[in-house]
Amino acid sequence: MTLDDMVRRHGSWLEAGINEGPVISSRIRLARNIEQYSFPGWASEEEKRMIWKCASEIFQSMDSPYISWGMGETPALDKEILFERHLISQDLALKEEGCGVFVSPDERLSTMVNEEDHIRIQSLQPGLNLTAAWHVADAVDDKLESELTYAFSPKLGYLTACPSNVGTGMRASVMLHLPGLVLMEEMDPVINGISKIGLAVRGMWGEGTEAAGNMFQVSNQITLGRREDEIIAHLEQIVLELIEHENNARIRLMNDRALVVEDHVARAFGTLSHARMITSGEALNLLSTLRLGLDLDMIDQFSRRVIDMLFIAIQPAHLQKLENKELEPEERDVVRAEMLRDVMENVTEDETLE
Amino acid sequence: MKCESCHELEATIHLTQVIDGVVKKLNLCQDCAQENGIDLNSPISITDVLLGLGAQVQSTSPSSTEFDLSCSRCQMTRTEFKKRARLGCPECYNAFMGELSALTKAMHHSGQHVGKIPARQGNEARITAQVVSLQKEIENAIAREQYEMAANLRDKIKALRESVQAVENGENHDA
Repeated sequence: MTLDDMVRRHGSWLEAGINEGPVISSRIRLARNIEQYSFPGWASEEEKRMIWKCASEIFQSMDSPYISWGMGETPALDKEILFERHLISQDLALKEEGCGVFVSPDERLSTMVNEEDHIRIQSLQPGLNLTAAWHVADAVDDKLESELTYAFSPKLGYLTACPSNVGTGMRASVMLHLPGLVLMEEMDPVINGISKIGLAVRGMWGEGTEAAGNMFQVSNQITLGRREDEIIAHLEQIVLELIEHENNARIRLMNDRALVVEDHVARAFGTLSHARMITSGEALNLLSTLRLGLDLDMIDQFSRRVIDMLFIAIQPAHLQKLENKELEPEERDVVRAEMLRDVMENVTEDETLE
Repeated sequence: MKCESCHELEATIHLTQVIDGVVKKLNLCQDCAQENGIDLNSPISITDVLLGLGAQVQSTSPSSTEFDLSCSRCQMTRTEFKKRARLGCPECYNAFMGELSALTKAMHHSGQHVGKIPARQGNEARITAQVVSLQKEIENAIAREQYEMAANLRDKIKALRESVQAVENGENHDA
């Protein structure tokens, strides 16, 4: 499978999942390092190449297939695509030889090598399902650990390049779509409240209430002194409360301003169906409104999957890959509008991009 | 508003992050933000920024010529660690234990790992974990006024510690 194939479909973590209205996906990230080497930011090129080679051998010997991208030989545009698909971080995309990623064909599992830590296992699941994501990451971790001696201290747990990750080395996060809370202007107090209990809320694209597309990521900040299952249970409990807040906000929104919401949804559909030029920021916000309309049963010609896939497909690198050439921002706005018109027009007949 | 790092240029980047209920605001100019590796497109941690900034001030002050602690294995110096806000190698955790234990306590409100343990780790890690969880149980038992249970748990911990001692002595004997 190549990136050309990948950009024409969605990662399987965008399938329907538990609590799929406000929840997009759940993610577990484990940070691990090999005892004998310096951390990637301080290691020699030689060391990094050895780590990459070692990781390649382990992944090649695994039963399930993995696709690997070494950052040294991957073109800049392809790196951007991997980033837009949440398979690598911006940091890894900036790196060169000796650094890279191993991705499972369904895109639910990606392991970055020589990013901030030697190994970063990332496991994605659709909907609210951190436990399943943890089990998958844990299993890969066991396999790697059978071949490698990890840097570990009985006191501080897994040792990581940044002290903020020591202990479990685990960051659990849930991606949420919260237009109700944003529209009712309740997002700021929610962000404040959540950060008081050792969790962090970030906009997926932009910060706070400015977050484009009303997409937020909630994650644990504390990694030391709590077991993995405790961290997950705590985060899930808070996410369930957030979902309840969001649903309540939507009910109030509908009680107070049903016609206004309906108008917004219809206008979003109108703009997406007819615009000739559209920036990614505007598109993200309109798609968010459409998604809300779908959750509120105001429109029925879409599946959430189509909209969730568009959130990724309208991004710059994806557009350029589909067009097969480099595009200036203004050109991208034209291509983006064209793609959106196409999907809006054909969505009743065929719910995929192809 | 002037940049809080160089105090010269106009601050154009305003960061707000809330960690454990403490709101921190940081105002930087474009240059200092870039120098501190702040990528406006990716989520940032103010810990990095604060650690980074602190180091910058320090490295330009005369005190940086004084004795600088360094890691015996990877040679990273304390100044370098503060500048990068990242450690050089696993051994750095021992070299900079002083500031690190305060830092990890502040970040995590704990100093003891209780999660997964690699299979390759010796008994020490597993027994430490057991002791830690038994200690928690004792605290709970005392809170519920179940003193007999607490005493039993205490005996368990004692037995565990003795078994570690015995293993260690055995190992020394072999060596």
